[in-house]
Amino acid sequence: MKPPLFDYVTPESVEEAVAARAAEEDSVLLAGGQSLLATLNFRISNPALLIDISRIPSLRGIDVNDSEIIVRAMVRQREVELSEAVHQANPLVREVLQNVAHTVVRNRGTVAGSIAHADAAAELPAMLLATEGSVDVQGPGGKRSIAAGDLFQFHLTTSLADDEMIIAVRIPVMPPATGWSYMEFARRHGDYALAGICALVTFDGDGRCTMARLAACGIASTAVRLASAEEELTGGLLDEAAIARAAKAARDAVTAVDDSQASTAYRRHLVDTLTRRTLIQAKGRAA
Amino acid sequence: MTRQIRKQLPRENSDPRREVSLTVNGEAVTRRVSTRLLLSDFLRHELGLTGTHVGCEHGVCGCCTVTLDGAAARSCLTLAVQADGATIRTIEGVAPSADVLHPVQQAFHECHALQCGFCTPGFIVSVVSFFEENENPDLSEDAIREALSGNLCRCTGYQNIVLAVRRAHELMSTAKEA
Repeated sequence: MKPPLFDYVTPESVEEAVAARAAEEDSVLLAGGQSLLATLNFRISNPALLIDISRIPSLRGIDVNDSEIIVRAMVRQREVELSEAVHQANPLVREVLQNVAHTVVRNRGTVAGSIAHADAAAELPAMLLATEGSVDVQGPGGKRSIAAGDLFQFHLTTSLADDEMIIAVRIPVMPPATGWSYMEFARRHGDYALAGICALVTFDGDGRCTMARLAACGIASTAVRLASAEEELTGGLLDEAAIARAAKAARDAVTAVDDSQASTAYRRHLVDTLTRRTLIQAKGRAA
Repeated sequence: MTRQIRKQLPRENSDPRREVSLTVNGEAVTRRVSTRLLLSDFLRHELGLTGTHVGCEHGVCGCCTVTLDGAAARSCLTLAVQADGATIRTIEGVAPSADVLHPVQQAFHECHALQCGFCTPGFIVSVVSFFEENENPDLSEDAIREALSGNLCRCTGYQNIVLAVRRAHELMSTAKEA
């Protein structure tokens, strides 16, 4: 279908964009538009005003320092995926991005936009949770930082105030002696996953797991950390038995009800299998 | 997010318009268009470039693929107003001249990589863009299918499209050597 009627503005600074957002309650920010345009075409969103932030120079560019990767709000997913600096700093990022839709969509879609959209089945929110990243947001009152763990509240809902916008996404660099893995299962390549698992495991010199982080997408009303599965792994050797316990604990995180794509029971099965596979791959990569 | 009753219609008038200037297939164009006009409809209805096909209008089928500032993009997931200042190439801008096909088009022709042809413009633009992005492309079955995965074809079963990608690479390599 065709989008409904809306006004359209192209602010040239974050301040202007925030002011436009504050002045019109029924407005929405447009970055790459790869989710928003589809919802407009389907008429499942119907805003009075679109605020196109693509002309704001301060929202461009990626910075990589010793501790984190800073992806500003208008950086396209494809640019992050292809960045060697990002890949050196945290190889999980490219692995996750290669599962996001298709190249053609990633050419336009932004990392910050996907996180702000907060689709429970999208990969990037799960990655931000697993890496314990954060977002920088700006509103009329100034800037603040929101940790990934405090960001995702429900389907398509974040803890941002109505007049705040994400100006950058911060992804910590990969800690030393850490293995990573992202795997998902989708009915067709590029579709939203029925379930996806992001795993990070860090080991000490004796091969003990000092830190395990697991996050999942597609299985609940938001992307979720799998805390009880992590507890099964931390402090242990990540042997077959520990991985099996973690996979079993991860199953319980599935709260998505039966839908046209999959039953809850099937999603639990997927989460179990993907948790095992990602942990085995992450362990291998840490070595 | 679904809102049944609008608080208000857009304020300026019932169908807000903006002027856009962009370059399409090498030609500068300026039009005053509705803010809600999709780039796909802009190309087809305003410029008469009906080679860009509209299939699903939500970014799944890939029929409407064009290049936007050098990178392949879904014209149905882009507003015409977003393309203000951009450089667009559509399927009509792929061939070097009216009588000569682009090697990718030639390969699709030779390999019978189309049947009804509805999806073909999107495939051609995607494949052209794939070769432009990768000087030494991976031509394994998996890599080609990955590159094509954003485009749907309901007729061919993709077999001949995969062959056409390899053939296109041969044609371009031969041309380069000559």
